[in-house]
Amino acid sequence: MNTALTILADGVAYASWLFIVALGLTLVFGVLKILNVAHGSFYAVGAYAAATFVAWFATWGFAPWLSLIALLLGSVAVAALLAPLTERGLLRVFYGRDEVLLVLVTYALFLVLEDLMKLVWGVNPYFVTAPYGLFGNVQIGGQSYVGYDLALVAVAITCGLGVWWGLNRTRAGKVVLAVIHSAEIAASMGVNVGRVYTFAFMFGIFLAALGGALTAPMISVQPGVSVAVVIVSFAVVIIGGLGSIEGAAIGALIVGMARSLAVHTWPPAELFSIYAAMAVVLIFRPEGLFQRVKARRI
Amino acid sequence: MKKTAAMGLAVLAALLAGGLLAPKWLLFLVTMSAANGLVSLGIVLMMRGGVVSFGQGLVFAAGGYAAALVSNKLGVSDALLLAAAGGGAAVLLAAPFAPLLARYRGIFFAMLTLALSMVLYGVLMKSESLGGSDGFNMRRPTLLGFSIPDAWSGYALYALVVTIAVLLSTAARVYFDSARGLVALAIRENELRVEYLGASVRRVMALDFVLAAFLGGVGGALAVMALGHIEPQFSYWTTSGEFVFVSILAGHHSVAAVFAASLVLELVRSFSSAYFPNTWQLALGLFLLIVIRFLPKGLGSLFNRFSRQAAP
Amino acid sequence: MTVLSARGLCKHFDGVVAADQVTIEVAAGERVGLIGSNGAGKTTFVNMITGYLKPDEGRIELQGRDITPLGPRQIERLGVARSFQIPQLFPELSVLDNMLAADACAQGGLSAWQPARDAARRARAEAGLDRFSLREHAARRVAELAGGVRKLLDIAVALTRAPSVLLLDEPTSGVSVEEKFPVMETVMGALDRARTTVLFVEHDMEIVQRYASRVVAFYSGRVLADGAPAAVLADAEVRRHVTGAEA
Repeated sequence: MNTALTILADGVAYASWLFIVALGLTLVFGVLKILNVAHGSFYAVGAYAAATFVAWFATWGFAPWLSLIALLLGSVAVAALLAPLTERGLLRVFYGRDEVLLVLVTYALFLVLEDLMKLVWGVNPYFVTAPYGLFGNVQIGGQSYVGYDLALVAVAITCGLGVWWGLNRTRAGKVVLAVIHSAEIAASMGVNVGRVYTFAFMFGIFLAALGGALTAPMISVQPGVSVAVVIVSFAVVIIGGLGSIEGAAIGALIVGMARSLAVHTWPPAELFSIYAAMAVVLIFRPEGLFQRVKARRI
Repeated sequence: MKKTAAMGLAVLAALLAGGLLAPKWLLFLVTMSAANGLVSLGIVLMMRGGVVSFGQGLVFAAGGYAAALVSNKLGVSDALLLAAAGGGAAVLLAAPFAPLLARYRGIFFAMLTLALSMVLYGVLMKSESLGGSDGFNMRRPTLLGFSIPDAWSGYALYALVVTIAVLLSTAARVYFDSARGLVALAIRENELRVEYLGASVRRVMALDFVLAAFLGGVGGALAVMALGHIEPQFSYWTTSGEFVFVSILAGHHSVAAVFAASLVLELVRSFSSAYFPNTWQLALGLFLLIVIRFLPKGLGSLFNRFSRQAAP
Repeated sequence: MTVLSARGLCKHFDGVVAADQVTIEVAAGERVGLIGSNGAGKTTFVNMITGYLKPDEGRIELQGRDITPLGPRQIERLGVARSFQIPQLFPELSVLDNMLAADACAQGGLSAWQPARDAARRARAEAGLDRFSLREHAARRVAELAGGVRKLLDIAVALTRAPSVLLLDEPTSGVSVEEKFPVMETVMGALDRARTTVLFVEHDMEIVQRYASRVVAFYSGRVLADGAPAAVLADAEVRRHVTGAEA
């Protein structure tokens, strides 16, 4: 019973940050039709930025709980500074081109960011431990859980509901949905599609950076962090379905649980189970579990 | 076809002769770029049909591990046999997936190939018998019955790899110029019309996938022989990404361009590590962007402007 | 001698009736004009004949052989070719390579080593271009060609394997007014010499009158009239639903 709870808790905790990141990835694909390989890089930049801001706050003698604000600030800074630059300066040049070509462009961006991060933050690992202990430990049903992990779950749920509500219940959201459906038709109806693209990309990157910032206290932030995140978040959005919010949530849960299950019961399966799930979905239901994009299959 | 074979022989002769004069570090660089170039050639072969594989690491690793295992466990030491084993193992692994993958295009083809390579990666990482995440070493192969003395190891491996690369490249060129090769290009442009003209798109794509696997497997075996070591990283997505980089840089019009591009990658990697650490990926990324933006047909299109026969 | 026979073809999509008991028998050498307003079922008919769509009911026979369940590839192999309303070509390849590619596809048993551009194939491809006076464009990329030239090439490509039956989907649509007749003269002349049976979908009634030996009028998925051009075009129902002239 204890093991089952541990597996569940582990899976959900892993799924939380993964969902935040995947949500951003799937949104960017849904709106801009770009599968962003560099999404994981923005995650890493978010983690590094968080490390920097937390360190600054500490140097300036701010109260420990403010380190959470530092995490948030880090993500916002990344999104505000890098996203418009990337979208307007780079991606815009290739709009309308082949979808695989855009993947290659974002792959090039990934390569560039990998080294830029090393040049800015160096190659030594950063440790952002301050925020992790802020919520102490929580006792639920005889098991002790780290408060931070629970808080992360709460943030993930908030993000999901927030995005869903924003898209479906606000006027701006309806406009975004229109662009998701058909940018051409939306443009002919007077929508400033360029602005929607910029905003959507910025928000997607913000989520990636937020995922990185919130995870930073749990890992050592160092070169190469992005690499695993890129591939795992791809697995999530493929399993869940490109462009789908529910898909990102279910996909993250599936990947989180698969990993947790493997780690606790059959460790050799830890890595390949995720990608096997991705392959199985692609073979039997390429659109993912929540259809939104028609798979190019003959 | 005779002209292609003659060209191939000439190139081989030049490379073998030049290799005798080259410094050891250059020999090694060219050896690695030739081995890796074969893997990228496989991607280019598929690109001519209109699909980009992000999982060529699958066959690269399969070939490498097969060669290393056959050498270590079965005691086979002949380099040519090991290369064949690598190619054969990769084909065996890829063949069952060929009919399936022949039906995919665009992002889904890319993602499925990626997923399959990562599955292998996951399996290899956790296989203690195969050395897990560390992989394992392979002893130096023999060549045509002779063991290679230390002093000559660099040149011997270079000669082996370059010869196999030139042979397979010549074969690839013949294939590209063949009826099947032209139909592949047509498929890339308009597969519906190809079906309406009586050819089976799926059969062409499936065979191309298997041929690409063979090239990748041989490349993997040669790489392992040159490095003396194999590890799961061979199947990781970033490794596949590098092969894709070379393919895009080269374009699908010229076989020679693939090896030139592969050499560019190795040069950038080496020189950057030596003089500007932490910049080789930056350089590659910028290179890639410049090529995509300004030279969409790859370096190969530049080659063609200088050659008489504009062979697509 | 009946070369192509379609009997009782029915097809519907989500409640829309695209074909309703369509029955047409075509004799060798006939030039059948298929007319009807948009959505009348002409293209559906062509798609069913060429194997792109399977009829819900009915039977299609080519020289007595049942081809109803076959796909485009197999039907092409049996000697039925088609051209397209919007030319379906290989844009980045040269005009000559387009013909060579078609030649390679049509050969069957694609060779992995025999050159696609050897002397024999080149000669065939150039002869194919000559039939439509397209040789001057041989080295140019298809993407650079004008509309009328692309149309001709689209048909030239379809003729690579000397089909016994050719379906032309709107051969003059997208072609400028001055070019329409010259294009049809060239095409029909080449087809006459080869004695190919032709079915062509057309909206231009002058073209139909000039080149069809027989006209079939479609409306709402049904065959409205079938017979000599003058008679069909004068038919009251046809005038009402198809040509638009008042009865």
